Amino acid sequence: MDLKDLYQEIILDHGKNPRNLGKFDNYNKDAKGNNPLCGDNVHVYLRLNENKKVEDIAFEGHGCAISMASASIMTDMVRGKEEKEVKEIVTDFLGMIKEKDFLESNILKDDEKTKLMSLSGVKQYPMRVKCATLSWHTLTSALDNSDQIVKTEE
Amino acid sequence: MNIDDIKREFPIFDDKIQNNDLVYLDSANSSQKPRVVVDRIYDFYTKEFSNIGRSVHYLAVAATNLYEQTRVSVQKYINAKDKDEIVFTKGATEAINLVANTFGQKYLSEGDEVLLTELEHHSNYVPWHFLRKAKNIKIEFAEINDNGEVTLEAIEKKITNKTKIISVSHLSNVTGAILPIKEIVQLAHSKNIPVLIDGCQGAPHLKLDMQDIDCDFYAISGHKMYGPTGIGILYAKKKWLEDLPPYQGGGGMINEVKKEGITYGELPNKYEAGTMATAQVIAFNESIKFMEKIGIQNIEKHEKELLDYGLEKLRKNNSVNIIGNPKEKGGVISFTIEGVHPHDIATILDEDGVAIRAGHHCCQILHDKLNLPATARASFGVYNTKDDIDKLDEAINKCKKIFNL
Repeated sequence: MDLKDLYQEIILDHGKNPRNLGKFDNYNKDAKGNNPLCGDNVHVYLRLNENKKVEDIAFEGHGCAISMASASIMTDMVRGKEEKEVKEIVTDFLGMIKEKDFLESNILKDDEKTKLMSLSGVKQYPMRVKCATLSWHTLTSALDNSDQIVKTEE
Repeated sequence: MNIDDIKREFPIFDDKIQNNDLVYLDSANSSQKPRVVVDRIYDFYTKEFSNIGRSVHYLAVAATNLYEQTRVSVQKYINAKDKDEIVFTKGATEAINLVANTFGQKYLSEGDEVLLTELEHHSNYVPWHFLRKAKNIKIEFAEINDNGEVTLEAIEKKITNKTKIISVSHLSNVTGAILPIKEIVQLAHSKNIPVLIDGCQGAPHLKLDMQDIDCDFYAISGHKMYGPTGIGILYAKKKWLEDLPPYQGGGGMINEVKKEGITYGELPNKYEAGTMATAQVIAFNESIKFMEKIGIQNIEKHEKELLDYGLEKLRKNNSVNIIGNPKEKGGVISFTIEGVHPHDIATILDEDGVAIRAGHHCCQILHDKLNLPATARASFGVYNTKDDIDKLDEAINKCKKIFNL
Protein backbone atom coordinates (compact mmCIF):
# COMPACT_ATOMS: atom_id res chain seq x y z
CA MET A 1 0.00 0.00 0.00
CA ASP A 2 1.22 3.46 -0.73
CA LEU A 3 -0.38 6.62 0.54
CA LYS A 4 0.77 8.43 -2.58
CA ASP A 5 -1.59 6.25 -4.64
CA LEU A 6 -4.45 7.25 -2.40
CA TYR A 7 -3.68 10.91 -1.89
CA GLN A 8 -2.66 11.98 -5.38
CA GLU A 9 -2.34 15.69 -6.13
CA ILE A 10 -5.61 15.73 -8.04
CA ILE A 11 -7.46 14.20 -5.08
CA LEU A 12 -5.94 16.65 -2.64
CA ASP A 13 -6.82 19.51 -4.97
CA HIS A 14 -10.45 18.46 -5.48
CA GLY A 15 -10.72 17.50 -1.81
CA LYS A 16 -9.58 20.89 -0.66
CA ASN A 17 -11.39 22.94 -3.30
CA PRO A 18 -14.34 20.86 -4.38
CA ARG A 19 -15.94 21.97 -7.64
CA ASN A 20 -19.71 22.36 -7.87
CA LEU A 21 -20.13 22.53 -4.12
CA GLY A 22 -23.45 24.10 -3.18
CA LYS A 23 -26.98 24.07 -4.45
CA PHE A 24 -28.66 25.82 -7.37
CA ASP A 25 -32.26 26.93 -7.63
CA ASN A 26 -33.88 25.19 -10.56
CA TYR A 27 -32.79 21.62 -9.99
CA ASN A 28 -35.40 18.99 -10.83
CA LYS A 29 -33.76 15.92 -9.35
CA ASP A 30 -31.94 15.35 -6.10
CA ALA A 31 -31.02 12.63 -3.62
CA LYS A 32 -29.25 12.27 -0.30
CA GLY A 33 -26.66 9.76 0.72
CA ASN A 34 -24.94 9.08 3.97
CA ASN A 35 -22.32 6.91 5.52
CA PRO A 36 -23.59 6.00 8.99
CA LEU A 37 -20.20 4.63 10.00
CA CYS A 38 -18.50 7.98 9.82
CA GLY A 39 -21.32 10.50 9.64
CA ASP A 40 -20.35 11.73 6.18
CA ASN A 41 -23.17 12.86 3.96
CA VAL A 42 -23.84 14.16 0.48
CA HIS A 43 -26.81 15.72 -1.29
CA VAL A 44 -26.70 15.72 -5.08
CA TYR A 45 -28.80 18.21 -7.08
CA LEU A 46 -29.13 18.13 -10.84
CA ARG A 47 -31.17 19.55 -13.67
CA LEU A 48 -32.12 17.27 -16.54
CA ASN A 49 -33.43 19.20 -19.54
CA GLU A 50 -36.10 18.07 -21.99
CA ASN A 51 -33.48 16.16 -23.98
CA LYS A 52 -32.51 14.23 -20.86
CA LYS A 53 -29.21 16.01 -20.68
CA VAL A 54 -27.60 17.06 -17.39
CA GLU A 55 -27.76 20.80 -17.73
CA ASP A 56 -26.33 21.50 -14.30
CA ILE A 57 -25.23 19.51 -11.27
CA ALA A 58 -23.95 20.36 -7.80
CA PHE A 59 -23.62 18.77 -4.39
CA GLU A 60 -23.67 19.70 -0.75
CA GLY A 61 -22.12 17.73 2.03
CA HIS A 62 -19.08 17.03 4.06
CA GLY A 63 -16.64 14.21 4.21
CA CYS A 64 -13.06 13.13 3.85
CA ALA A 65 -10.74 14.18 1.02
CA ILE A 66 -11.65 11.03 -0.93
CA SER A 67 -15.41 11.53 -0.75
CA MET A 68 -15.24 15.26 -1.51
CA ALA A 69 -12.82 14.72 -4.40
CA SER A 70 -14.95 11.92 -5.78
CA ALA A 71 -18.11 14.05 -5.72
CA SER A 72 -16.22 16.98 -7.20
CA ILE A 73 -14.74 14.98 -10.08
CA MET A 74 -18.05 13.20 -10.67
CA THR A 75 -20.09 16.38 -10.94
CA ASP A 76 -17.54 17.91 -13.32
CA MET A 77 -17.61 14.85 -15.49
CA VAL A 78 -21.32 14.30 -15.95
CA ARG A 79 -22.31 17.88 -16.64
CA GLY A 80 -23.48 18.17 -20.25
CA LYS A 81 -23.87 14.44 -20.70
CA GLU A 82 -27.08 12.58 -21.42
CA GLU A 83 -28.76 10.52 -18.73
CA LYS A 84 -27.97 7.28 -20.54
CA GLU A 85 -24.31 8.26 -20.80
CA VAL A 86 -24.21 9.26 -17.15
CA LYS A 87 -25.54 5.87 -16.13
CA GLU A 88 -22.94 4.13 -18.27
CA ILE A 89 -20.17 6.20 -16.66
CA VAL A 90 -21.48 5.44 -13.17
CA THR A 91 -21.53 1.70 -13.92
CA ASP A 92 -18.06 1.86 -15.42
CA PHE A 93 -16.67 3.81 -12.46
CA LEU A 94 -18.23 1.57 -9.80
CA GLY A 95 -17.00 -1.49 -11.70
CA MET A 96 -13.49 -0.08 -11.76
CA ILE A 97 -13.54 0.68 -8.02
CA LYS A 98 -14.93 -2.74 -7.17
CA GLU A 99 -13.24 -5.21 -9.50
CA LYS A 100 -11.79 -4.08 -12.83
CA ASP A 101 -8.40 -2.42 -13.24
CA PHE A 102 -9.54 -0.10 -15.99
CA LEU A 103 -12.40 1.99 -17.38
CA GLU A 104 -13.94 0.81 -20.63
CA SER A 105 -16.69 3.24 -21.54
CA ASN A 106 -16.18 4.91 -24.91
CA ILE A 107 -18.00 7.97 -23.69
CA LEU A 108 -15.06 8.91 -21.50
CA LYS A 109 -12.21 10.82 -23.07
CA ASP A 110 -8.67 9.86 -22.13
CA ASP A 111 -8.17 12.80 -19.78
CA GLU A 112 -11.49 12.02 -18.10
CA LYS A 113 -10.38 8.42 -17.60
CA THR A 114 -7.13 9.64 -16.05
CA LYS A 115 -9.08 11.81 -13.63
CA LEU A 116 -11.35 8.98 -12.59
CA MET A 117 -8.46 6.55 -12.29
CA SER A 118 -6.92 8.87 -9.71
CA LEU A 119 -9.56 7.48 -7.35
CA SER A 120 -8.49 3.88 -7.96
CA GLY A 121 -6.06 4.08 -5.00
CA VAL A 122 -8.96 3.34 -2.64
CA LYS A 123 -9.02 -0.24 -3.89
CA GLN A 124 -6.11 -0.94 -1.56
CA TYR A 125 -8.07 0.51 1.36
CA PRO A 126 -11.28 -1.52 1.65
CA MET A 127 -12.65 0.67 4.46
CA ARG A 128 -12.34 3.71 2.22
CA VAL A 129 -14.08 2.35 -0.89
CA LYS A 130 -17.44 3.69 0.24
CA CYS A 131 -15.97 7.15 0.63
CA ALA A 132 -15.31 7.09 -3.11
CA THR A 133 -18.60 5.52 -4.15
CA LEU A 134 -21.16 7.31 -1.97
CA SER A 135 -21.73 10.29 -4.27
CA TRP A 136 -22.00 8.02 -7.32
CA HIS A 137 -24.70 5.88 -5.73
CA THR A 138 -26.45 9.08 -4.72
CA LEU A 139 -26.33 10.36 -8.30
CA THR A 140 -27.99 7.14 -9.48
CA SER A 141 -30.63 7.53 -6.82
CA ALA A 142 -31.32 11.12 -7.96
CA LEU A 143 -31.68 10.03 -11.58
CA ASP A 144 -34.05 7.24 -10.57
CA ASN A 145 -36.14 9.62 -8.47
CA SER A 146 -35.67 7.38 -5.50
CA ASP A 147 -36.90 8.72 -2.18
CA GLN A 148 -34.62 6.35 -0.34
CA ILE A 149 -31.58 7.88 1.30
CA VAL A 150 -28.51 6.08 -0.01
CA LYS A 151 -26.64 4.35 2.77
CA THR A 152 -23.29 2.71 2.64
CA GLU A 153 -24.32 0.23 5.34
CA GLU A 154 -27.31 -2.07 5.29
CA MET B 1 5.03 -1.18 37.51
CA ASN B 2 7.08 -1.85 34.41
CA ILE B 3 5.15 -1.11 31.23
CA ASP B 4 7.54 -3.08 29.05
CA ASP B 5 6.83 -6.19 31.13
CA ILE B 6 3.10 -5.54 30.99
CA LYS B 7 3.20 -5.00 27.25
CA ARG B 8 4.96 -8.34 26.81
CA GLU B 9 1.93 -10.02 28.32
CA PHE B 10 -0.07 -8.98 25.22
CA PRO B 11 0.69 -11.32 22.28
CA ILE B 12 -0.62 -8.78 19.72
CA PHE B 13 2.54 -6.72 20.24
CA ASP B 14 4.84 -9.69 19.48
CA ASP B 15 4.52 -9.36 15.73
CA LYS B 16 4.62 -6.53 13.26
CA ILE B 17 1.31 -5.35 11.87
CA GLN B 18 1.81 -4.51 8.20
CA ASN B 19 5.57 -4.16 8.81
CA ASN B 20 5.11 -1.74 11.68
CA ASP B 21 5.32 -2.01 15.43
CA LEU B 22 1.75 -1.62 16.56
CA VAL B 23 0.93 1.67 18.27
CA TYR B 24 -2.51 0.80 19.57
CA LEU B 25 -4.44 3.91 20.55
CA ASP B 26 -7.96 2.54 20.24
CA SER B 27 -8.57 1.03 23.66
CA ALA B 28 -11.72 3.07 24.26
CA ASN B 29 -13.12 1.08 21.36
CA SER B 30 -11.76 -2.25 22.58
CA SER B 31 -8.66 -3.22 24.50
CA GLN B 32 -6.10 -5.81 23.48
CA LYS B 33 -6.04 -9.13 25.34
CA PRO B 34 -3.33 -10.44 27.65
CA ARG B 35 -2.05 -13.98 27.06
CA VAL B 36 -3.70 -15.30 30.25
CA VAL B 37 -7.14 -14.43 28.87
CA VAL B 38 -6.52 -15.95 25.45
CA ASP B 39 -5.00 -19.09 27.00
CA ARG B 40 -7.92 -19.46 29.38
CA ILE B 41 -10.36 -19.65 26.49
CA TYR B 42 -8.19 -22.23 24.74
CA ASP B 43 -7.75 -24.31 27.89
CA PHE B 44 -11.41 -24.24 28.73
CA TYR B 45 -12.43 -25.44 25.28
CA THR B 46 -9.69 -28.05 25.03
CA LYS B 47 -9.69 -29.48 28.54
CA GLU B 48 -12.72 -28.42 30.52
CA PHE B 49 -15.63 -27.70 28.25
CA SER B 50 -19.19 -28.46 29.15
CA ASN B 51 -22.38 -26.46 29.34
CA ILE B 52 -23.14 -25.06 32.75
CA GLY B 53 -25.96 -25.30 35.25
CA ARG B 54 -27.80 -28.24 33.76
CA SER B 55 -26.06 -31.59 33.81
CA VAL B 56 -24.68 -33.38 36.82
CA HIS B 57 -21.60 -34.93 35.23
CA TYR B 58 -18.14 -33.94 36.36
CA LEU B 59 -17.33 -31.45 33.57
CA ALA B 60 -20.69 -29.70 33.93
CA VAL B 61 -20.23 -29.20 37.63
CA ALA B 62 -16.65 -27.97 37.21
CA ALA B 63 -17.64 -25.54 34.43
CA THR B 64 -20.53 -24.22 36.50
CA ASN B 65 -18.18 -23.59 39.41
CA LEU B 66 -15.71 -21.73 37.17
CA TYR B 67 -18.50 -19.61 35.73
CA GLU B 68 -19.77 -18.73 39.19
CA GLN B 69 -16.23 -17.93 40.36
CA THR B 70 -16.13 -15.08 37.83
CA ARG B 71 -19.34 -13.73 39.33
CA VAL B 72 -17.73 -13.62 42.74
CA SER B 73 -14.55 -12.04 41.32
CA VAL B 74 -16.59 -9.32 39.66
CA GLN B 75 -18.61 -8.78 42.82
CA LYS B 76 -15.42 -8.26 44.81
CA TYR B 77 -13.78 -6.16 42.10
CA ILE B 78 -16.60 -3.65 42.01
CA ASN B 79 -17.46 -4.06 45.70
CA ALA B 80 -21.06 -5.09 45.18
CA LYS B 81 -22.89 -6.21 48.27
CA ASP B 82 -24.10 -9.53 46.91
CA LYS B 83 -22.93 -11.84 44.13
CA ASP B 84 -26.50 -12.07 42.88
CA GLU B 85 -26.25 -8.41 41.90
CA ILE B 86 -23.92 -9.41 39.06
CA VAL B 87 -25.73 -10.37 35.85
CA PHE B 88 -23.74 -11.55 32.82
CA THR B 89 -24.84 -10.13 29.48
CA LYS B 90 -23.40 -10.14 25.98
CA GLY B 91 -22.05 -6.65 26.54
CA ALA B 92 -22.75 -3.29 28.11
CA THR B 93 -25.23 -2.64 25.30
CA GLU B 94 -27.31 -5.59 26.38
CA ALA B 95 -27.00 -4.53 30.01
CA ILE B 96 -28.51 -1.12 29.21
CA ASN B 97 -31.17 -2.68 26.97
CA LEU B 98 -32.06 -5.03 29.81
CA VAL B 99 -32.69 -2.13 32.19
CA ALA B 100 -34.48 0.06 29.64
CA ASN B 101 -36.72 -2.81 28.64
CA THR B 102 -37.64 -4.17 32.07
CA PHE B 103 -37.74 -0.86 33.95
CA GLY B 104 -39.62 0.66 31.02
CA GLN B 105 -42.17 -2.14 31.02
CA LYS B 106 -42.93 -1.79 34.69
CA TYR B 107 -42.39 1.86 35.54
CA LEU B 108 -42.66 4.07 32.47
CA SER B 109 -45.80 5.36 30.86
CA GLU B 110 -46.82 8.17 28.52
CA GLY B 111 -45.34 11.54 29.43
CA ASP B 112 -42.72 10.14 31.81
CA GLU B 113 -39.21 11.42 31.35
CA VAL B 114 -35.87 9.66 31.08
CA LEU B 115 -32.89 11.92 31.65
CA LEU B 116 -29.71 11.28 29.65
CA THR B 117 -26.85 13.62 28.73
CA GLU B 118 -25.67 15.00 25.42
CA LEU B 119 -22.49 12.98 25.55
CA GLU B 120 -24.08 9.54 25.73
CA HIS B 121 -22.97 6.73 23.48
CA HIS B 122 -25.74 5.52 21.15
CA SER B 123 -26.06 2.42 23.35
CA ASN B 124 -27.35 4.66 26.14
CA TYR B 125 -29.82 6.47 23.91
CA VAL B 126 -31.27 4.04 21.37
CA PRO B 127 -32.70 1.61 24.00
CA TRP B 128 -34.58 4.55 25.56
CA HIS B 129 -35.68 5.73 22.13
CA PHE B 130 -37.43 2.35 21.72
CA LEU B 131 -39.51 3.29 24.76
CA ARG B 132 -40.18 6.72 23.34
CA LYS B 133 -41.68 4.99 20.30
CA ALA B 134 -43.51 2.27 22.20
CA LYS B 135 -44.77 4.20 25.21
CA ASN B 136 -44.59 7.85 24.22
CA ILE B 137 -42.18 8.72 26.97
CA LYS B 138 -39.94 11.80 26.72
CA ILE B 139 -36.15 11.83 26.62
CA GLU B 140 -34.33 14.81 28.07
CA PHE B 141 -30.65 15.56 27.60
CA ALA B 142 -28.53 17.33 30.22
CA GLU B 143 -26.28 19.74 28.36
CA ILE B 144 -22.53 19.64 28.04
CA ASN B 145 -20.61 22.81 28.80
CA ASP B 146 -17.79 24.33 26.74
CA ASN B 147 -15.24 22.06 28.40
CA GLY B 148 -17.12 18.99 27.22
CA GLU B 149 -18.30 18.16 30.74
CA VAL B 150 -21.72 17.49 32.20
CA THR B 151 -21.97 19.09 35.62
CA LEU B 152 -24.22 18.21 38.50
CA GLU B 153 -26.03 21.51 37.91
CA ALA B 154 -26.70 20.58 34.28
CA ILE B 155 -28.32 17.37 35.48
CA GLU B 156 -30.30 19.14 38.19
CA LYS B 157 -31.65 21.65 35.67
CA LYS B 158 -33.35 18.89 33.67
CA ILE B 159 -34.88 16.96 36.54
CA THR B 160 -38.64 17.42 36.77
CA ASN B 161 -41.36 15.68 38.71
CA LYS B 162 -41.79 13.49 35.61
CA THR B 163 -38.20 12.20 35.67
CA LYS B 164 -38.40 8.47 36.33
CA ILE B 165 -34.81 7.37 35.73
CA ILE B 166 -31.45 9.02 35.04
CA SER B 167 -28.96 7.23 32.81
CA VAL B 168 -25.51 8.76 32.36
CA SER B 169 -21.96 7.86 31.34
CA HIS B 170 -19.26 7.47 33.91
CA LEU B 171 -16.58 8.66 31.50
CA SER B 172 -17.16 10.16 28.06
CA ASN B 173 -15.65 8.17 25.20
CA VAL B 174 -15.17 11.42 23.24
CA THR B 175 -14.18 14.26 25.58
CA GLY B 176 -12.90 11.97 28.33
CA ALA B 177 -14.95 13.87 30.91
CA ILE B 178 -15.45 11.98 34.15
CA LEU B 179 -18.95 12.72 35.43
CA PRO B 180 -19.63 13.38 39.12
CA ILE B 181 -21.62 10.17 39.34
CA LYS B 182 -21.65 9.88 43.11
CA GLU B 183 -23.13 13.36 43.43
CA ILE B 184 -25.59 12.65 40.62
CA VAL B 185 -26.75 9.53 42.45
CA GLN B 186 -27.14 11.43 45.73
CA LEU B 187 -29.14 14.15 44.04
CA ALA B 188 -31.33 11.66 42.19
CA HIS B 189 -31.95 9.55 45.26
CA SER B 190 -32.99 12.63 47.22
CA LYS B 191 -35.81 12.84 44.67
CA ASN B 192 -36.41 9.07 44.60
CA ILE B 193 -35.07 8.67 41.07
CA PRO B 194 -32.96 5.60 40.28
CA VAL B 195 -29.70 6.00 38.33
CA LEU B 196 -28.05 3.82 35.71
CA ILE B 197 -24.37 4.46 35.01
CA ASP B 198 -22.96 3.48 31.63
CA GLY B 199 -19.58 2.35 32.88
CA CYS B 200 -18.07 1.20 29.58
CA GLN B 201 -15.25 3.70 29.82
CA GLY B 202 -15.23 3.93 33.60
CA ALA B 203 -14.71 0.30 34.52
CA PRO B 204 -11.44 -0.26 32.62
CA HIS B 205 -9.77 2.85 34.01
CA LEU B 206 -11.22 3.89 37.37
CA LYS B 207 -11.61 2.31 40.78
CA LEU B 208 -15.14 1.04 41.23
CA ASP B 209 -17.06 0.71 44.45
CA MET B 210 -20.75 0.05 43.92
CA GLN B 211 -21.64 0.45 47.58
CA ASP B 212 -19.90 3.79 47.69
CA ILE B 213 -21.30 5.11 44.40
CA ASP B 214 -24.69 3.73 45.45
CA CYS B 215 -26.05 3.70 41.88
CA ASP B 216 -28.97 1.44 41.06
CA PHE B 217 -27.48 0.02 37.87
CA TYR B 218 -23.97 0.00 36.40
CA ALA B 219 -23.21 -1.39 32.92
CA ILE B 220 -19.78 -2.85 32.13
CA SER B 221 -18.22 -4.01 28.89
CA GLY B 222 -15.84 -6.98 29.23
CA HIS B 223 -13.88 -6.46 26.01
CA LYS B 224 -12.79 -2.98 27.06
CA MET B 225 -11.35 -4.45 30.30
CA TYR B 226 -8.76 -6.69 28.62
CA GLY B 227 -11.41 -9.39 28.45
CA PRO B 228 -13.04 -11.35 25.62
CA THR B 229 -15.77 -9.98 23.38
CA GLY B 230 -19.28 -11.28 23.97
CA ILE B 231 -19.40 -10.55 27.68
CA GLY B 232 -20.69 -7.64 29.67
CA ILE B 233 -21.96 -7.15 33.16
CA LEU B 234 -25.01 -5.54 34.56
CA TYR B 235 -24.61 -4.63 38.19
CA ALA B 236 -28.01 -3.94 39.70
CA LYS B 237 -29.13 -3.57 43.27
CA LYS B 238 -30.82 -6.75 44.37
CA LYS B 239 -34.11 -4.99 45.08
CA TRP B 240 -34.33 -4.06 41.39
CA LEU B 241 -33.44 -7.50 40.08
CA GLU B 242 -36.09 -9.00 42.33
CA ASP B 243 -38.65 -6.38 41.43
CA LEU B 244 -38.24 -6.03 37.65
CA PRO B 245 -39.67 -8.56 35.18
CA PRO B 246 -37.35 -10.96 33.34
CA TYR B 247 -35.72 -9.74 30.12
CA GLN B 248 -35.32 -12.71 27.79
CA GLY B 249 -37.18 -15.97 28.12
CA GLY B 250 -35.62 -19.37 27.63
CA GLY B 251 -33.84 -22.21 29.33
CA GLY B 252 -32.10 -21.63 32.62
CA MET B 253 -34.17 -18.65 33.73
CA ILE B 254 -37.25 -20.59 34.82
CA ASN B 255 -38.42 -22.23 37.99
CA GLU B 256 -41.36 -24.26 36.75
CA VAL B 257 -42.93 -24.43 33.30
CA LYS B 258 -46.50 -25.72 32.91
CA LYS B 259 -49.06 -25.39 30.16
CA GLU B 260 -51.03 -23.07 32.38
CA GLY B 261 -48.16 -20.82 33.36
CA ILE B 262 -44.52 -20.30 34.21
CA THR B 263 -42.63 -19.24 37.28
CA TYR B 264 -39.22 -17.70 36.94
CA GLY B 265 -35.95 -18.73 38.51
CA GLU B 266 -34.07 -17.14 41.34
CA LEU B 267 -31.36 -14.57 40.90
CA PRO B 268 -29.09 -14.41 39.06
CA ASN B 269 -30.54 -17.09 36.73
CA LYS B 270 -33.66 -14.99 36.15
CA TYR B 271 -31.70 -12.72 33.82
CA GLU B 272 -29.43 -15.29 32.18
CA ALA B 273 -31.63 -17.13 29.69
CA GLY B 274 -30.13 -19.66 27.34
CA THR B 275 -26.54 -20.82 27.06
CA MET B 276 -24.37 -17.94 28.11
CA ALA B 277 -20.94 -16.97 26.77
CA THR B 278 -19.45 -19.53 29.12
CA ALA B 279 -15.83 -19.56 27.92
CA GLN B 280 -15.74 -15.78 27.81
CA VAL B 281 -17.16 -15.42 31.30
CA ILE B 282 -14.63 -17.91 32.64
CA ALA B 283 -11.78 -16.14 30.81
CA PHE B 284 -13.00 -12.78 32.08
CA ASN B 285 -11.96 -13.90 35.53
CA GLU B 286 -8.38 -13.76 34.21
CA SER B 287 -8.95 -10.16 33.04
CA ILE B 288 -10.03 -9.20 36.54
CA LYS B 289 -7.02 -10.97 38.04
CA PHE B 290 -4.76 -9.27 35.50
CA MET B 291 -6.08 -5.83 36.46
CA GLU B 292 -5.92 -6.65 40.16
CA LYS B 293 -2.32 -7.76 39.82
CA ILE B 294 -1.33 -4.40 38.35
CA GLY B 295 -3.69 -2.50 40.63
CA ILE B 296 -6.33 -0.10 39.37
CA GLN B 297 -4.61 2.80 41.16
CA ASN B 298 -1.47 2.08 39.14
CA ILE B 299 -3.46 1.83 35.92
CA GLU B 300 -5.14 5.17 36.70
CA LYS B 301 -1.81 6.82 37.50
CA HIS B 302 -0.12 5.50 34.37
CA GLU B 303 -2.96 6.56 32.09
CA LYS B 304 -3.07 9.99 33.71
CA GLU B 305 0.62 10.43 32.97
CA LEU B 306 0.05 9.41 29.36
CA LEU B 307 -2.88 11.80 29.11
CA ASP B 308 -0.92 14.74 30.48
CA TYR B 309 2.00 13.97 28.20
CA GLY B 310 -0.28 13.51 25.19
CA LEU B 311 -2.20 16.72 25.83
CA GLU B 312 1.02 18.68 26.22
CA LYS B 313 2.49 17.22 23.06
CA LEU B 314 -0.58 17.67 20.89
CA ARG B 315 -1.27 21.17 22.16
CA LYS B 316 2.16 22.15 20.89
CA ASN B 317 1.37 20.72 17.48
CA ASN B 318 -0.02 23.53 15.34
CA SER B 319 -3.34 22.96 13.64
CA VAL B 320 -4.34 20.21 16.09
CA ASN B 321 -7.51 21.09 17.99
CA ILE B 322 -8.29 19.05 21.06
CA ILE B 323 -11.99 18.47 21.70
CA GLY B 324 -13.08 19.39 25.21
CA ASN B 325 -11.08 20.38 28.22
CA PRO B 326 -12.68 18.68 31.22
CA LYS B 327 -11.13 19.14 34.64
CA GLU B 328 -11.59 15.46 35.45
CA LYS B 329 -10.54 13.55 32.36
CA GLY B 330 -9.77 9.94 31.46
CA GLY B 331 -7.28 8.65 28.89
CA VAL B 332 -9.05 9.82 25.76
CA ILE B 333 -7.90 12.57 23.39
CA SER B 334 -10.30 13.46 20.59
CA PHE B 335 -8.94 15.92 18.09
CA THR B 336 -9.28 17.45 14.66
CA ILE B 337 -6.68 18.85 12.30
CA GLU B 338 -7.69 21.98 10.45
CA GLY B 339 -7.96 21.02 6.78
CA VAL B 340 -7.77 17.22 7.15
CA HIS B 341 -10.84 15.07 7.63
CA PRO B 342 -10.58 12.58 10.54
CA HIS B 343 -10.88 9.61 8.17
CA ASP B 344 -7.94 10.82 6.18
CA ILE B 345 -6.02 11.26 9.44
CA ALA B 346 -6.85 7.70 10.50
CA THR B 347 -5.79 6.22 7.15
CA ILE B 348 -2.50 8.11 7.10
CA LEU B 349 -1.71 7.25 10.73
CA ASP B 350 -2.50 3.61 10.06
CA GLU B 351 0.21 3.53 7.42
CA ASP B 352 2.73 3.95 10.25
CA GLY B 353 1.04 1.41 12.49
CA VAL B 354 -0.72 4.03 14.60
CA ALA B 355 -4.24 2.69 15.19
CA ILE B 356 -6.77 5.36 16.18
CA ARG B 357 -10.48 5.74 15.63
CA ALA B 358 -12.16 8.32 13.43
CA GLY B 359 -15.83 9.13 13.10
CA HIS B 360 -18.57 10.12 15.49
CA HIS B 361 -17.63 7.35 17.96
CA CYS B 362 -21.30 6.40 18.28
CA CYS B 363 -22.01 9.85 19.74
CA GLN B 364 -23.87 11.72 17.04
CA ILE B 365 -25.81 13.89 19.49
CA LEU B 366 -22.52 15.12 20.94
CA HIS B 367 -20.95 15.71 17.53
CA ASP B 368 -24.02 17.64 16.37
CA LYS B 369 -23.69 19.79 19.47
CA LEU B 370 -19.99 20.36 18.75
CA ASN B 371 -20.94 21.02 15.14
CA LEU B 372 -18.40 18.47 13.96
CA PRO B 373 -19.36 15.55 11.72
CA ALA B 374 -16.41 13.55 12.94
CA THR B 375 -13.32 13.63 15.13
CA ALA B 376 -10.15 11.57 15.41
CA ARG B 377 -9.56 9.86 18.74
CA ALA B 378 -6.53 8.42 20.48
CA SER B 379 -7.35 6.44 23.62
CA PHE B 380 -5.05 4.71 26.05
CA GLY B 381 -4.69 1.38 27.76
CA VAL B 382 -2.29 0.01 30.31
CA TYR B 383 0.16 -1.09 27.57
CA ASN B 384 0.69 2.36 26.05
CA THR B 385 3.90 4.32 26.47
CA LYS B 386 5.06 7.88 25.92
CA ASP B 387 6.84 6.53 22.87
CA ASP B 388 3.40 5.67 21.42
CA ILE B 389 2.40 9.31 21.83
CA ASP B 390 5.59 10.49 20.16
CA LYS B 391 4.76 8.22 17.23
CA LEU B 392 1.24 9.62 17.13
CA ASP B 393 2.66 13.12 17.01
CA GLU B 394 5.10 12.21 14.23
CA ALA B 395 2.33 10.57 12.21
CA ILE B 396 0.18 13.69 12.63
CA ASN B 397 3.07 15.71 11.20
CA LYS B 398 3.22 13.35 8.23
CA CYS B 399 -0.48 13.91 7.75
CA LYS B 400 0.01 17.65 7.68
CA LYS B 401 2.82 17.25 5.15
CA ILE B 402 0.68 15.16 2.79
CA PHE B 403 -2.03 17.80 2.97
CA ASN B 404 0.49 20.61 2.54
CA LEU B 405 -0.33 22.22 5.87
